[in-house]
Amino acid sequence: MELDPDDVFRDEDEDPESEFFQEKEASKEFLVYLIDASPKMFSSTCPSEEEDKQESHFHIAVSCIALSLKSHIINRSNDEIAICFFNTREKKNLQDLNGVYVFNVPERDCIDRPTARLIKEFDLIEESFDKDIGSQTGIVSDSRENSLYSALWVAQALLRKGSSKTADKRMFLFTNEDDPFGNMRISVKEDMTRTTLQRAKDVQDLGISIELLPLSQPDKQFNITLFYKDLIGLNSDELTEFMPSVGQKLEDMKDQLKKRVLAKRIAKRITFVICDGLSIELNGYALLRPAIPGSITWLDSTTNLPVKVERSYICTDTGAIMQDPIQRIQPYKNQNIMFTVEELSQVKKISTGHLRLLGFKPLSCLKDYYNLKPSTFLYPSDKEVIGSTRAFIALHRSMIQLERFAVAFYGGTTPPRLVALVAQDEIESDGGQVEPPGMNMIYLPYANDIRDIDELHSKPGVAAPRASEDQLKKASALMRRLELKDFSVCQFANPALQRHYAILQAIALDENEVSETRDETLPDEEGMNRPAVVKAIENFKQSIYGDDPDEESDSGAKEKSRKRKAGNADDGKYDYIELAKTGKLKDLTVVELKTYLTANNLPLGGKKEVLINRILTHIGK
Amino acid sequence: MARNREGLVLVLDVGPAMHSVLPDVEKACSMLLQKKLIYNKYDEVGIVVFGTEETGNELAREIGGYENVTVLRNIRVVDEVVAEHVKQLPRGTVAGDFLDALIVGMDMLIKMYGNAQKGKKRLCLITNAACPTKDPFEGTKDDQVSTIAMKMAAEGIKMESIVMRSNLSGDAHERVIEENDHLLNLFSSNAIAKTVNVESPLSLLGSLKTRRVAPVTLFRGDLEINPTMKIKVWVYKKVAEERLPTLKMYSDKAPPTDKFAKHEVKIDYDYKVTAESTEVIAPEERIKGFRYGRQVIPISPDQIETLKFKTDKGMKLLGFTEASNILRHYYMKDVNIVVPDPSKEKSVLAVSAIAREMKQTNMVAIVRCVWRNGQGNAVVGVLTPNVSERDDTPDSFYFNVLPFAEDVREFPFPSFNKLPSSWKPDEQQQAVADNLVKMLDLAPSAKEEVLKPDLTPNPVLQRFYEYLELKSKSTDSALPPMDETFKRLIEQDPELISNNKSIMDSFRGSFEVKENPKLKKASKRLLRDKPSGSDDEDNRMITYEPNEKKIDVVGDANPIQDFEAMISRRDKTDWTEKAITQMKNLIMKLVENCTDEGDKALECVLALRKGCVLEQEPKQFNEFLNHLFKVCQERKLSHLLEHFTSKKITLIPKSEAADSDVVDENSGDFTVKQEPMIES
Repeated sequence: MELDPDDVFRDEDEDPESEFFQEKEASKEFLVYLIDASPKMFSSTCPSEEEDKQESHFHIAVSCIALSLKSHIINRSNDEIAICFFNTREKKNLQDLNGVYVFNVPERDCIDRPTARLIKEFDLIEESFDKDIGSQTGIVSDSRENSLYSALWVAQALLRKGSSKTADKRMFLFTNEDDPFGNMRISVKEDMTRTTLQRAKDVQDLGISIELLPLSQPDKQFNITLFYKDLIGLNSDELTEFMPSVGQKLEDMKDQLKKRVLAKRIAKRITFVICDGLSIELNGYALLRPAIPGSITWLDSTTNLPVKVERSYICTDTGAIMQDPIQRIQPYKNQNIMFTVEELSQVKKISTGHLRLLGFKPLSCLKDYYNLKPSTFLYPSDKEVIGSTRAFIALHRSMIQLERFAVAFYGGTTPPRLVALVAQDEIESDGGQVEPPGMNMIYLPYANDIRDIDELHSKPGVAAPRASEDQLKKASALMRRLELKDFSVCQFANPALQRHYAILQAIALDENEVSETRDETLPDEEGMNRPAVVKAIENFKQSIYGDDPDEESDSGAKEKSRKRKAGNADDGKYDYIELAKTGKLKDLTVVELKTYLTANNLPLGGKKEVLINRILTHIGK
Repeated sequence: MARNREGLVLVLDVGPAMHSVLPDVEKACSMLLQKKLIYNKYDEVGIVVFGTEETGNELAREIGGYENVTVLRNIRVVDEVVAEHVKQLPRGTVAGDFLDALIVGMDMLIKMYGNAQKGKKRLCLITNAACPTKDPFEGTKDDQVSTIAMKMAAEGIKMESIVMRSNLSGDAHERVIEENDHLLNLFSSNAIAKTVNVESPLSLLGSLKTRRVAPVTLFRGDLEINPTMKIKVWVYKKVAEERLPTLKMYSDKAPPTDKFAKHEVKIDYDYKVTAESTEVIAPEERIKGFRYGRQVIPISPDQIETLKFKTDKGMKLLGFTEASNILRHYYMKDVNIVVPDPSKEKSVLAVSAIAREMKQTNMVAIVRCVWRNGQGNAVVGVLTPNVSERDDTPDSFYFNVLPFAEDVREFPFPSFNKLPSSWKPDEQQQAVADNLVKMLDLAPSAKEEVLKPDLTPNPVLQRFYEYLELKSKSTDSALPPMDETFKRLIEQDPELISNNKSIMDSFRGSFEVKENPKLKKASKRLLRDKPSGSDDEDNRMITYEPNEKKIDVVGDANPIQDFEAMISRRDKTDWTEKAITQMKNLIMKLVENCTDEGDKALECVLALRKGCVLEQEPKQFNEFLNHLFKVCQERKLSHLLEHFTSKKITLIPKSEAADSDVVDENSGDFTVKQEPMIES
């Protein structure tokens, strides 16, 4: 991750997918976190990660949201969010309803993009909660107060902002009360249930989705059928699917939220041509894309306001300003061959944007070095073409069964590429889906992109050293000792990105200290120093290097360095001081000048004049 | 010849058996020379052809023999003549002896460069190697080849042989072919030589490495198992995308009389406070800012320097894990190769031990790498074994970058098992699919693997260089059509299809698809696309309705016409959306800015309403109208409010658009669409 100020100079061909990144930025999301703050949320606890410690449900909910806010500000800073507690002692909302408290910080609307201050203060919410907001059950049998109803209403009012066509609107409801009206008289209960469900339905009719994140008691599972299945509109089929192990642990909850907060976005709609006369519809999703610190905005250093950047193309001969599109040239055969921008784009257009199946190969044909960029995930859709999913699943199953992948030609990228479609079976764990079922589209290099490095290192007729049986055995022992048992691909946070955002947060909040970020990518020193590990490494080392403590004996000749040294022998050839005095250094070749520089340990970079000046300065001393 | 220049002799078989593929040989060679003209224009090239009627080479003149070998061009700096030459190779009449031709080529290289230029001298043989070679005057052919190969190795000449055999007829040649393959193998084991066997013209084009890139190490240093155990390694790029050359911008502003015009274009960036202002902010008055949520945080270069994440160069092992833990689709970037430092025998051994054991036990290594000091970030990646098949090549690792936690977006997708059964294939359908996956085979055991990436050329590059060549002859030449050879890359192989016709037919029959009838409006083009191969395919992509002037923005001048044109565009699904959004923005602008243009605003609102009824987008309109009403109230824009109250403008009710949630009676009552109060 380079902090590249010259991003603007980027090659026009680069990153054809950046377009849909931008598209993503434009579409935004409005989220309201609704957190039940009833006393029950504080009294119920779950075992925490650290043994012997219990954590309250309220703490779990709040920590999840805090984490989620941080990922919002980093990844999706256009999203607008609001945080709203219900079953509170104090009230704060536009409608002035009892038992609902919309949490906010100065210089921010109730629903707005997250700010550093919001994150900071929300991190400390548990300390101030009792004083400022307070917990109090809002639904009591002898009043007609209904805090859940009010909460939905407040949330809906917040979400009135923005058009539902261009933005996704969602509520996340955190609660551990599966039967909010359970202790009411039957007639009141029915009435309250009916009005609350009606409210929820109105909300959903407005295109707002309600997502439930229930927390279970240690001794009693959250029973979704009592009330909430109707509220979120689950039918009986979906019910069984609905999170089998809801909210047992903090980690599970974090996982759940992380997965659900990100709205699924289709990166590309793809037509998959299986054969002439049979095309199905697929959606492509970018499930893996490098996260970057975001582009640089230039600011006026006195006002800190964004600066308007204007790019202009200027003809160096006349100083005239050129208008887009500008012709391009390629010097070739002593002439300048001209291309218009249109012509160049026609050259690149060699097929439709479709994905065309060409055939199948065994998985062993997919070499480790056939890779160029992150893959795209494909999942079928019956939205436009009915029958797509069926054909896709059939191929998917066959490919897994027969251990084959499909080779296809994809015209949707520049340049169009040969791709491998690798079927991925669904993988599930306790926390939910680990790998979704579908196919991963891997972009294959062309012959022109692959380099023959192995050949460079072979010595004809000379057998390369190969490990002996004993060395292999020691290597095997080493590998067993150093095995990472449950390694998962994305377990490391990006250290530079973490650091970058820590810096931003500190500056945004005017703090003097940047909070330390941990570099998770460093080796586990403790583990590496375990005696058994040290011994295994020592044994392997012994088997390779023998007793020789100095590890390496050079087998081959050091060609490069010897050549350089040979050059140094010549430096007596000229009397540089004399040449410098008479101003004749410029008559020497660059190579000859460099000989002097090398001999005197001076830098070798730069044009001839620079080199001469460097020598003059050196002699002058 | 200076450093980093190459001397190359092309040794081409033009005998009768090669005639059918010579056009492709010409194409491949011409591409090679074209790229040399652009990227390596000081490289030197010679051409030898064999199988010709006549004989014309120095060895034949000096010592006799070496018949039917003709030097088309002596080794000289690459120029346009040779690029032209190679496209008109002579068609030979006799079966040539490739060994003779190789010796002639080698002789040329030695005479030209002597012992200098080690490793920069290259022989490239393209033949079908199906013709018998002559017996040497003394010793066996094996001895002779070994001698030549050793001479090549000693002289530092590299050799690559491309053996093209697509449709060898009869088994009469079998013995000859076997012998020739054996001889070519002898080269491989005694010299820096490799043989590529290709069967299709497409692979032939891909087999010749047309762009010469000097390999540069990305990293030289230690692969650290722990602080006491280090392996010396070098890291190179194994895969790097070859792009089109970077074309310069050209200015035609200079008067034609100006002989010294450079025609260059300079890009200038002006930093201004506002778009209108003419005042330019000096570089030292600017500061970089990064977006953080709603804010843009300014950071000075000093702050960045002192606070940023700091790295130290090195490769550190984190541990080993089962290969199955790293799914293939997690590879993030182009691939590197990690080879042991060739001068350190112990490191070669250590890499060999780990790589072989990894392969044996299906394990991979996880490493953290910083390629150079001060690099902005560390990368975490996976080392997979690359156990060498050749005795003389050391074992190595491939390195692939893995994603960080922030790079992964875990969206849940419905499990296939839980989909409605009508969406799932039945047993018969599954059997048909199994059959297709089995039979549409691109890697049959008996034949070449088809479309192997290592042998598949980039069609866009091919086309660009072809176009460039045409343009160099005539500036207004048209873009050539896609080369026939590349059809194999873009479309299914007709032979494979016809061999499996029944399977294809039954697949088509078993999986019927149809357009979703409920889907209104645009984007129904999906199924209507003609089967491929039709010539207008390219055109169809860009021209939807050729005569229509395409409006893509709702302008201030004729907003209503623009809007109507745009909303009815069908070439993309999102035009309706765009049109509505732009119209709304325009109306808001009209309402907010000018008080006297109320009538124009009204017209626009009515047009929007009409459009939304036509496109069945009542919600869009109704929401907007509510919003507009509020704005008018707030700003007391009475003349517009009048229209509201006089019910000139109304919400779209159910009767006009089924999706609307406004009942007909209430269509004028947008004002009261407030929340019902709780009855308490």
